[in-house]
Amino acid sequence: MWWTRLRALIVKELLAVLRDPKGRAILIGPPILQLLIFSYAATLEVRNVDVMILNRDSGHWGQELVERIEGSPTFRRIEIAANPQQVRQAIDNQAIIAAVEISADFSRRIEAGAAVDLQLILDGRRSNASQIVSGYLTQIAGGLAAETPAGKRAAARTVSTIPRNWFNPNLIYQWFMVPNLIASIALLIGLIVTALSIARERELGTFDQLMVSPLRVHEILIGKLVPPMMIGLFHITAYILAAIFIFGLPLRGSLFLLYGSSIFYLASVVGIGLFISALSMTQQQAILGAFLFMVPAMLLSGFATPIENMPEWLQPVTLVNPLRYFLIIVKGVFLKDISLTEVVNQTIPLCLIAMVTLSAAGWLFRRRLE
Amino acid sequence: MTHPSDKAELVRLSGVTKRFGGGVPALDAVSGAILGGEITGIVGPDGAGKTTLIRLMTGLMLPDSGTVDVLGFATAKSPAAIQTAIGYMPQRFGLYEDLSVQENLNLYADLRGLPKDERAATFDELLTFTDLKRFTDRLAGKLSGGMKQKLGLACALLKKPRLLLLDEPGVGVDPISRRELWKMVENLTREGIGVVWSTAYLDEAEACDAVLLLNQGKLLFSGKPAEMTARVEGRVFKVSGLSGRKRQILAKLLDKEGIIDGVIQGEAIRVVTGNDAMPQVLSAGYGAAASPAPPRFEDAFVDMLGGGPGGRSRLAEAQQILTAKDNRPVIEAKGLTKTFGDFTAADDITFDIRRGEIFGLLGPNGAGKSTTFKMLCGLLKPTSGEGRVAGFDLRRDTASARNQLGYMAQKFSLYGDLSIGQNLDFFAGVYGLSGQRKRERVALVSEIFDFGRHAGQSSKDLPLGLKQRLALACAVMHEPQALFLDEPTSGVDPITRREFWTHINALVEKGVTVLVTTHFMEEAEYCDRISLIYRGRSIALGSPDELKASVVTKDQPDPTMEDAFIALVERSEAGTKEAP
Repeated sequence: MWWTRLRALIVKELLAVLRDPKGRAILIGPPILQLLIFSYAATLEVRNVDVMILNRDSGHWGQELVERIEGSPTFRRIEIAANPQQVRQAIDNQAIIAAVEISADFSRRIEAGAAVDLQLILDGRRSNASQIVSGYLTQIAGGLAAETPAGKRAAARTVSTIPRNWFNPNLIYQWFMVPNLIASIALLIGLIVTALSIARERELGTFDQLMVSPLRVHEILIGKLVPPMMIGLFHITAYILAAIFIFGLPLRGSLFLLYGSSIFYLASVVGIGLFISALSMTQQQAILGAFLFMVPAMLLSGFATPIENMPEWLQPVTLVNPLRYFLIIVKGVFLKDISLTEVVNQTIPLCLIAMVTLSAAGWLFRRRLE
Repeated sequence: MTHPSDKAELVRLSGVTKRFGGGVPALDAVSGAILGGEITGIVGPDGAGKTTLIRLMTGLMLPDSGTVDVLGFATAKSPAAIQTAIGYMPQRFGLYEDLSVQENLNLYADLRGLPKDERAATFDELLTFTDLKRFTDRLAGKLSGGMKQKLGLACALLKKPRLLLLDEPGVGVDPISRRELWKMVENLTREGIGVVWSTAYLDEAEACDAVLLLNQGKLLFSGKPAEMTARVEGRVFKVSGLSGRKRQILAKLLDKEGIIDGVIQGEAIRVVTGNDAMPQVLSAGYGAAASPAPPRFEDAFVDMLGGGPGGRSRLAEAQQILTAKDNRPVIEAKGLTKTFGDFTAADDITFDIRRGEIFGLLGPNGAGKSTTFKMLCGLLKPTSGEGRVAGFDLRRDTASARNQLGYMAQKFSLYGDLSIGQNLDFFAGVYGLSGQRKRERVALVSEIFDFGRHAGQSSKDLPLGLKQRLALACAVMHEPQALFLDEPTSGVDPITRREFWTHINALVEKGVTVLVTTHFMEEAEYCDRISLIYRGRSIALGSPDELKASVVTKDQPDPTMEDAFIALVERSEAGTKEAP
């Protein structure tokens, strides 16, 4: 009996989303856009930046440095400035991100074996990119310094570092980004589909119809929970396939663990969606509510910036964010062979979040009947 | 047309056609005129094209073909000239709900360019006229339906228009406010203003000076309402003193040759015959007497549409007879009370509904009938008191009680993106039907209601009549003992309404119990008993005839349901004033 009721509800929920042209658009449009934007366009790598060089030195070392900078693949265009005003103007207009000023006595001092300064002017408005550019330029200058007479003499006494990146040896940007996207697309779709479902029924007046039917509150909850989870799993699968076959990510861990934990992840996301939906009276409120949750959830998940970098008082807030836990699992499964214990450790909080939000949504439902 | 020539023609419609997308046009070659100093009713069910016609007159929209001339200007050429000279009160969104009454007036005065020095006098006049002086600081959103319409009217009258367009001003307004509103508008016509009053209520049509009757975009009639009712003059009879079940007699009558239309009216049946020689047929065999009755607009409308449906309900024929094991009422309300904060929405409401009875909750919007209704079907938890359905307590045996009730919400809340078949499947499943039995029931209702042709269509695209059939089908799929109908036929055309009530009447004869809410006075006549709900209290309870009889006076020997309602409300108000 309960299964008949529940099945009817699940079928109806799926049909309601799939038969609505707008619903279908939501399921297809944003996922493709997100995949394209984040994996190709919105890259955090610094490439294609322009720098300017003001070379007041006429000697060999100044020329050598200019050539080395020009030879670096990071920079798109190297402009040679004639005077400091030109540098100032180019930075002002954001035509360049950095400028290198080589002093007039640069070669002379190097030949003399004396210490020499190299001035680097960076655009602080683009702090992240500037930092990286500064790193590149410092590296180039360091390479040059090692070849100066003084540098050669000192070489025996310096410690050289050889970096080796584990899990992503070539630091391929997509290897970092695509697992993030798998987790965030499920958040986006799960949240929107669920948030709309109850609010839409309330707007149409069909919610009362559900509430007078023999469906119990927990059956309605399950009926509202399962379809968005199915849709979420579909998107996760599509993204996993894209990750492997389009972006060539390694799959080092167990898919079974990934799918197992994604059930709990989706349950917690849909639980939040249901809670938002039960709280809102109209679809508009529901969508606003979903985005109000989603934007901070993305930022406070470790998606782009490490949680450890956040202020201490903010870090506990991330504990209620399901994305935080699932990101660790997805990245773990793809890039390293994450262990079962580690997956379980991340899944338990997901489970707790799902339980809390689903009970809260159920409680809100019942309270609406008061 | 035979209008007296002394009245100025304000609007001329010639061959007006308007289409939205494909399919049937919203308006199809409508021609007519609207005169000054008259109330012209644009009458028709929902979706007939009333709002479209009014918007065309404002020049906010242009016809696909044909012309609309308002006050001598063509809407296509000079809409601005028209818009400064007319007053328009749209159906909704006419007021800013977050502004106070005074702020709304100020805003509209600014928008209409009312000179500053005239404002004080105009506001004073309008506020007195609409009796809103005491409420100038109140937010418009907090006003009752009637007061909102009055404020809307005041805003439309700020700059005295020559033509006043009112789009369904009677919706959501209680009968008392509706009469007040009507009187105000009548006063305006004395100043030569032409008033257009659109409505789905056919009783409002009767009071108009002239009527444009629309149905599915077509103009069915234009002229004085009396000319319309004249077509059924002498063919309308009231059959009373019935010696049997009135609903069964009605069903038999409707299937007889020569009967155009028939409806239950309290204990009597109102019948329209094909010609005036029929009364013998009527009284034969039922121990009843037929007496001529004054024709109404609705009689003529049904006659014009070719008569109502037959009396046979295949839905009810397929229904098994529900017999009571004991004499326990099917629906019980015991001291139902609901308070929201310090506002009492329903106060100590008590009644029993016997098996096979139609019980009506009658009252204006916001009076508490919806609250009572919701408590009885388990959508609201009563603050105190209890409700039972088929003997099950709604709060304890929720699921058992719900399996016994069928629910049809206002405006047929169906899943618009689902097809008819998918809606039926869903409701069957939710009520626990599966396998063979589900297939049988779905096939049965699809056949009875003739869904076959539309089965794959999304239900939001269906015509109103079909939506209503689908809503009824979904509500009775599981053969409930009690049917809860919330404003089941508001806005539908009279034929669809009759078809609906034919099914309900026949189901009731099989022992189904019905609770219906309505603010529609005529619909109350279909009920066996009515509870009049006003300001959260049940101020009267009895059969329609009893309620009407209780207000008979010398001036009003044969009161209508609306007269009874107004008299009873006034009596109750007088009572509460004396009490403390």
